[in-house]
Amino acid sequence: MTTPLLSVRGLVKHFPIKGGVFGKQKGAVKAVNDVSFDVMPSETLGLVGESGCGKSTTGRLVLRLIEATAGEVTFDGENVFQLGAGDLRRMRRRMQIVFQDPFSSLNPRMTVDAIVREGLTIHKLAEGGEADKRVKQLLEEVGLRPEYARRFPHEFSGGQRQRIGIARALAVEPKFIVCDEPVSALDVSVQAQVINLLQDLQRDRGLAYLFIAHDLSVVEHIADRVAVMYLGRIVELAKSEDLYREPLMPYTQALLSAVPVPQPSAKRSRIVLTGDVPSPANLPPGCVFHPRCHHPAKDAACTAIIPPLEEKAPGHLVACIKQTPTTVTWEQQQAAGGTKRPERYLPVLATT
Amino acid sequence: MAHDSTAGPLLSVEDLRTFFYTEAGVARAVDGVSFQIGRGETVGLVGESGCGKSVTAFSLIRLIRPPGRIEPGSRIVFDGRDLATLSESEMRKVRGELIGFVFQEPMTALNPVFTVGDQIAEVVRVHHGGSKQEAWVRAVKMLETVGIPSPEQRAHEYPHQLSGGMRQRVVIAMALVLNPALVIADEPTTALDVTIQAQILELLKDLQQKFGTSILLITHDLGVVAETASRVIVMYGGEVVEEATVEELFKKAHHPYTEGLLNAMPQVGEAKERLNTIPGTVPPPTAWPKGCRFRDRCPYSWDRCEAEHPPLYSIGEGHVSRCHLAEEPQRRAHPHKPIVEQIADEGGFARGSQKGERDVAAERAAVSARVGSSDKGKGIS
Repeated sequence: MTTPLLSVRGLVKHFPIKGGVFGKQKGAVKAVNDVSFDVMPSETLGLVGESGCGKSTTGRLVLRLIEATAGEVTFDGENVFQLGAGDLRRMRRRMQIVFQDPFSSLNPRMTVDAIVREGLTIHKLAEGGEADKRVKQLLEEVGLRPEYARRFPHEFSGGQRQRIGIARALAVEPKFIVCDEPVSALDVSVQAQVINLLQDLQRDRGLAYLFIAHDLSVVEHIADRVAVMYLGRIVELAKSEDLYREPLMPYTQALLSAVPVPQPSAKRSRIVLTGDVPSPANLPPGCVFHPRCHHPAKDAACTAIIPPLEEKAPGHLVACIKQTPTTVTWEQQQAAGGTKRPERYLPVLATT
Repeated sequence: MAHDSTAGPLLSVEDLRTFFYTEAGVARAVDGVSFQIGRGETVGLVGESGCGKSVTAFSLIRLIRPPGRIEPGSRIVFDGRDLATLSESEMRKVRGELIGFVFQEPMTALNPVFTVGDQIAEVVRVHHGGSKQEAWVRAVKMLETVGIPSPEQRAHEYPHQLSGGMRQRVVIAMALVLNPALVIADEPTTALDVTIQAQILELLKDLQQKFGTSILLITHDLGVVAETASRVIVMYGGEVVEEATVEELFKKAHHPYTEGLLNAMPQVGEAKERLNTIPGTVPPPTAWPKGCRFRDRCPYSWDRCEAEHPPLYSIGEGHVSRCHLAEEPQRRAHPHKPIVEQIADEGGFARGSQKGERDVAAERAAVSARVGSSDKGKGIS
C-alpha cells in the first residue's frame, strides 16, 4: 500500500449568512460537511456532483485558496492547514489548479509569456534565458506554438486558453493539480483534445489530479476512482468501473440514469428525481438525500440517522443505511423509527 | 390563429442566409440553409459553437439586429406564409402566438422585477387582450401544466426566488401559454444539472404529446438529441452538412464532421484509452474556406474537396450529406492526417492537434462576430 499524496480528513466549510443592521450571523451555508478522501500519487480522483454540492469548494479548500472551518489536509506528509505564509507558498509550487473558465482565469493584460513565466519567477525556478527556454518548452508541451508567447489571451480560442492555463500550472512542476471543471466550457471536439492532453501530461510527468466535473461521462473516461458529492457530503466513492457498473447510492443511480445516451435505440429505465436540491443553508436532517430518495426501504430512520460512508463491497464506499451491508444495525434503525429492513437495491445495472 | 391546412410541412426554410456586416468583413454566419419541420415533429439542430445554429434559430423569428441582416432571397415559410416578408408588427404577432422560444439561460430570459405570474399573464394580454384577471388565471394554469408545485403561490414569486430548473419551467410556460404550433428551444437544458435536465426533457416530451407542438431543439449535446428528436440536422460552417432520422444518423453517420462529433464524445459505460478528437477549430465566419468548409480538419479530404464545394448528396431515404465521399466512398478506407495537423507538424510541435497559422485579424473578426451575434434577440416578449 503506497502512502497517499493527498489526504483529506473531516473537511468542513460553513459560509456565514449575515443579516440585520449589525451584520449578526443568522445562519450558515454548509457547503462542505465532513469530507474525507485520499489521492494517490499519479492517480486521478474524479469529484462529481450537481451545482452547489460543494465540489469546487472542496477543491479550493484543499489548496487553501479558502480557509476551512474544520478538518485536516495532509499533502506529501505536511499538514497544509498549519503552514505559515512562506511555507504555504512553497507548498503551492507542488499543488496547482486549472480553472473552469478559460476567459476569466487569465489576466487579459498579460501576454502568454508573462502568464506562464510568473510562476517561474515567484518560485525562483528560472531567470533570463533559462526562463525563456522553459516557457517555450511548456507551450510546446501543451500544444501551442512558441511564437504565440507574445500574444494576449483574447487572441485565443477557448481550447487554446485552457492550454495556456495548463501551461501556467505546469510551469512550477507540481505533483498534484486540481482541475476544476477544466473542459465544461468547451465544445465536444475541443474537450476531447484537452482531456487527451491532460492524460498525456499525467503519463509523462506522473501527475495526480483531483478532477472536478459535473459531466459523468468525462469523469468516467479520465478518473481512476470517483467520489460523488451531494449537498456537501461524499455519498459514494469507488473505483471508476465499479461505480459506473454498479452504482449503490440511490443518488448516484439517479444521476447515472439521467445522463442522455447518444444511442436512440437504447431503452433504459430512467429514475427521474422529483423536486430540487434542498438549500445547503437548511440541510435535511439524517441522510441529506432522503427527501428525493427512491430506495424502496426508505423510512423514518433515514430522516434521523446520518449515514456513515461505509464499505459495501471491496473498495466501494457508500453512505446509505438502507443499502446492505450496513454497520447501522436493524435495532438502531428501529430505535430511530425505521420500519423497513435494509435491502440491496440495484435499479441501474449496466448503464448502457 | 389560422392553422389553415394540415398538408405540407409546418415550417419550410429555403436558402436562409444571415450575414453580419462587421468591421472585419462580412460574417456569413448562416449561409444557405434549407430544412423543413413537420407538424408535431421534434427536429434536433446540432453543431459546435460558431457553426450558425443559434443564428439560424434567431433568424426564424427575425430577431437579428444590425450589423446582422437576413439576406434577400431567404425564405422562411411558416404555415404557408413567408415570414421573411412580414412587417415588424405582423412579426410580433407571430412570435409567441405561432412560434414560442425557450432560451438557454432562464435567468436572463425573465425580467427580474416582475413576478413570474405577471410575466406570463402579460404575454396573454399583449396578444389576446382580455382582463388582467383572466390572463392571471391562465398564467397560473400554465404554471401547473409545466409541473410547478403550488402554482398559485409560485405565480407571486420573482425569478430569483426560483431554482434554475423551476425558472426554465417558467420560461417554457411562457413559450407555450399561447399554444404556438412551433417551439424553438435554444439549448434549453445546457445551463441545468443532469437530473434537472432529465425532468425538463420529459416535460417537453409530455407537452408535445399533449399539444401536438413541433419542436426545433438546438443543442450541442448529441445525447439530448438521441433521446428527444426524431430527425437531426447537423450544421457546420453556416451550412447544413448532414440531415437524417435520429436512428440513421447515430448508426450510419456519413459526413466526417458528424462522425467526428460522435467519436469525440466520451460515453458512460464505454471505456476508451484515448478520445478521438476533431483537430483544429471552426474557422471564422468571415473567411470560410473555399470548397468544403470542413476540409482542413477532415481525415479523408482530397484535392476535389478544395476545388469543388460539395452539394447535399442524397445518401438514403431522408438522409443527405454535404460530402464528396458520397460519390467516392472508397476514399473512406484511407484516412490520413488532417491538414491542420500536417501544418502543425511542419511548425514543429511536440504535441499536435492545433490549428495551423491563421491570420490573427481573421480570428479577431470571428470573435467579434460571435460576440455581435450572441446578444441579439434579448428582450422579446
